[in-house]
Amino acid sequence: MATTSSRFLGRIMISPAVALLLVWMLVPLAMTIYFSFQNYNLLMPGMQEFIGWMNYEFFLTDPAFTESFFNTLQLVCGVLFITIIGGTAIAVLLDQAIVGRNIVRILVLAPFFVMPTVSALVWKNMFMNPVNGLFAHMFTALGLEPFDFLSQAPLASIILIVSWQWLPFAALILLTAIQSLDQEQLEAAELDGAGPMARFYYIVVPHLSRAITAVVLIETIFLLSVFAEILVTTNGGPGYASTNITYLIYSQSLLDFDVGAGSAGGIIAVIIANVVAVFLMRMFGKNLEK
Amino acid sequence: MRQSQLLRQKMVYSLLAWTVGIAIFFPILWTVFTSFKTELEAVATEPSFLMFDWTLENYSTVFIESRYFTHFWNSVVISIGSSLLGLLIAIPAAWAMAFVPNKRTKDVLMWMLSTKMLPPVGVLVPIYLLFRDFDLLDTKLGLVIVMTLINLPIMIWMLYTYFREIPSEVLEAARMDGATIGSEIVHVLLPIALPGIASTLLLNIILSWNEAFWTLILTAAKAAPLTAFIASYSSPEGLFYAKLSAASTLAIAPILIIGWFSQKQLVRGLTFGAVK
Repeated sequence: MATTSSRFLGRIMISPAVALLLVWMLVPLAMTIYFSFQNYNLLMPGMQEFIGWMNYEFFLTDPAFTESFFNTLQLVCGVLFITIIGGTAIAVLLDQAIVGRNIVRILVLAPFFVMPTVSALVWKNMFMNPVNGLFAHMFTALGLEPFDFLSQAPLASIILIVSWQWLPFAALILLTAIQSLDQEQLEAAELDGAGPMARFYYIVVPHLSRAITAVVLIETIFLLSVFAEILVTTNGGPGYASTNITYLIYSQSLLDFDVGAGSAGGIIAVIIANVVAVFLMRMFGKNLEK
Repeated sequence: MRQSQLLRQKMVYSLLAWTVGIAIFFPILWTVFTSFKTELEAVATEPSFLMFDWTLENYSTVFIESRYFTHFWNSVVISIGSSLLGLLIAIPAAWAMAFVPNKRTKDVLMWMLSTKMLPPVGVLVPIYLLFRDFDLLDTKLGLVIVMTLINLPIMIWMLYTYFREIPSEVLEAARMDGATIGSEIVHVLLPIALPGIASTLLLNIILSWNEAFWTLILTAAKAAPLTAFIASYSSPEGLFYAKLSAASTLAIAPILIIGWFSQKQLVRGLTFGAVK
């Protein structure tokens, strides 16, 4: 029973959070939109002027944009594919009666807590380095040529590193979902004459699909913005081979000091993220509405 | 007969699970081992596993040659500071939405979630310029503000899902006894919701400790937390594997420990309560 006064108080209690988030979202976003129509380079102060859609034209027709757009797509899809398949397999495995399950779960979960700069540098140097890395030693021991992962296959290597970081997340969420399955519901279905296939299809799959939806949505949000892993391993190179949109905008804004083009890129990134979010919500939305 | 079959099945699954677990954990294990090797042993062509001369040399080098404690302290201040500040703003908001909801509450929650979908590069330039103009670049205060704001939606959602599980009769009973709203929150709600609040705090400490976009962009030498300090090993001179390993081990150890304690609540926080 909410009284009028408590309702009023409720509004007061929520207003700091709403006001802060509104300011945090709207003020910088409005500034980005404004800058995106300006010819504004930090190296040339005082030369700022309105140039219409030129920054957008410049950003979108730059071959680097096309390349980094497809890199972003590959990065997101590659990591999603590896983590969902691997995560489901691990979750099913950990749901079995195994010896020392809690310890195994701790081992599997660990990479999620490793900060991105550490995991990227450890993989880059101690595993993927063509001279001193563990993979190079293994290749040599097998009589193969050592492979220079980060210059021969930079994007695939980054996908591998990022997948290692996100695999535990997918596995943990899917495991939680499997374990929260209502056993009584399964037993009731069995009593009602549902076979194992029917039970799996009508009870387990819908139950898991909600968790998979959550994993896809959340990972996508984070994967669109992968940054540190690229910064400390390849700097987006060679050329633009491992540059994603986030990294491209960073390098245009803060390395080339082209605030105008960087801002136009920022707005395009926001639009892409929104399109992806709407698309995913449409596709999976009904799974979350429960 | 059936008994032994079950036993064999259990053995096979256990073996498989342990192999997968150790394989996934291996890079961390290898980093910890390497941190106790000499630089020369760390790059030896025949990598040694346990049979090397264990040394603490790298740890002392990291402490002496770099300002490790400064960066560690920066990480502590930024992650704990932003999490506490966030709680201060999020608890009242979550209380309002859980106990005096109105018809817009659901929309407000969805809107808060949507702010997490805004990619950070969308506001990179203005935030950088605002920080420059307000002298917030390379300050702990600046990062505390940013971390609080980016994690606020997660905090509110997580607290909201915990608060909603508390029957409102409990709070009403307190109000009948003449408690004001303020004391109702402090003396009734907070003690009941303490486990939920604690795990919200822990999750936010983890997220801010590991955040590696704004920390890399907005800090230089002075306020750099461990994420940015470790990034400085990306352009090293000479042999550095063992030192990198020692610095990394120190940087991830606290969060690994906190993380393992809060793994159950992690799921709920990271999926905004969609999976429990």
